[in-house]
Amino acid sequence: MNEAAEQYALNRDLAKMLKGGVIMDVVNVEQAQIAQEAGAVAVMALERVPSEIRKAGGVSRMSDPDMIKAIQEAVSIPVMAKVRIGHIIEADILQSLGVDYIDESEVLTPADEQYHIDKHPYRVPFVCGARDLGEALRRIGEGAAMIRTKGEAGTGNVVEAVRHQRTITQQISQLAGAAPEELMSAAKALQAPYDLVCQVAREQRLPVVNFAAGGIATPADAALLMRLGSEGVFVGSGIFNSQDPAARARAIVLAVANYQDPETLARISSGLGEAMEGLDLSDLQEGQKFARRGW
Amino acid sequence: MHIGVLGLQGGVAEHLEMLSRLSDETINPIEVRTPPGLRQCDALIIPGGESTALRILLDAAGLTDPISSRMQQGMPVWGTCAGMILLAQKVLYHQNLSLGGMDITVARNVYGRQQESFVAEFPIPELGGPPFPGVFIRAPGVIRTGDGVQVLARSDDQVVACREQHLLVTSFHPELTDDLRLHRYFIHMCTAACAERAH
Repeated sequence: MNEAAEQYALNRDLAKMLKGGVIMDVVNVEQAQIAQEAGAVAVMALERVPSEIRKAGGVSRMSDPDMIKAIQEAVSIPVMAKVRIGHIIEADILQSLGVDYIDESEVLTPADEQYHIDKHPYRVPFVCGARDLGEALRRIGEGAAMIRTKGEAGTGNVVEAVRHQRTITQQISQLAGAAPEELMSAAKALQAPYDLVCQVAREQRLPVVNFAAGGIATPADAALLMRLGSEGVFVGSGIFNSQDPAARARAIVLAVANYQDPETLARISSGLGEAMEGLDLSDLQEGQKFARRGW
Repeated sequence: MHIGVLGLQGGVAEHLEMLSRLSDETINPIEVRTPPGLRQCDALIIPGGESTALRILLDAAGLTDPISSRMQQGMPVWGTCAGMILLAQKVLYHQNLSLGGMDITVARNVYGRQQESFVAEFPIPELGGPPFPGVFIRAPGVIRTGDGVQVLARSDDQVVACREQHLLVTSFHPELTDDLRLHRYFIHMCTAACAERAH
């Protein structure tokens, strides 16, 4: 194996070690420590959680490197950070900071409306959002080592995350039942690389680990996405915009690990105080939907 | 023989897959998530994952004390990466993670962050054959070994695999390779332990 292929394998392998875990958005050192103590498998360092980004409007960018460095110093778990879609220089900067994963994220304002980052030349792994199988395979084709369903970040409404997870699962099972001669046509319809379409048909799963994201606000939401086939979850605004972040963070960690056990879920869902305030998606204009960013 | 893989978080499916590939009809791999599940096991593998998360999930599942006491009674246990951290008697700066077990001191992330993760080949004389492909992901390192501890492998002078009686630790991930030799070695340890108990 050449060096780049070896690094890509190591990057996909790190995601395997995060399976069954929760990755939490944090905006400062104190939140990062709360996340680690609650049992997060990684933290996502960003300036503002998605619901605040929604409220504030304007352009949302990569975080201040000083803040990312302070979080790297403060916790022992992997530290991830977001770059704008297509912003090669923000990615170069985060790689030089030694972050463990870069999220090329629709939650930030896109820097390039045409192209995502070519992720192959980087040592640092990338996670990217997807609404369906074609989008997931396009990102993997560009070098993403992990996928997360986009959901609709900052809404506290799980409906889009469910839609995206179900879509990917259905499209994978369609491919699994397809005859070999159907796969080129399927690749054309999905707008996805042919070799990756063949691989998914053969292995009946995505070629990389897939987490859920976007709108998860309760332990039950997290368990629902696990039941639908996600391998772990990202939680953004849902934790630190709630009444008792430490308790809610711990409960979501336990919910992901115990998603098949309703009695445990009932116990850990009790007494958590108010969840974040949610948004009905019909209250959002099409242009306000983060999931529409990227292609 | 029931070989348990701790199924709370991390590289669980990968270890179960390796055990099934051994196609040894005497072993029955099971995913362990509860104390009753642990009671069915003759041996346990603690996979890679995040050690802080694993420790919290172990405590919440009520598995911490049962695993420690089964270990003291001689149940074979193998920890890979995060599993090695949990099995070390001493963990530098993170002593609260330790379940007790092997007389070693471990330091977390000795090689650095993800961009310093690597693959290295090194001999494991106990296994014989060609060098072993070691996959190191944000890996911990063994920085002290007690008198009763047998060093099984070093990579660049760093101790990366050890055994003390019925306990085995590796700072790398054999379950992420196609090399079944360490899984087979652990099964031999389990068979020997079972035979001993039968006497």
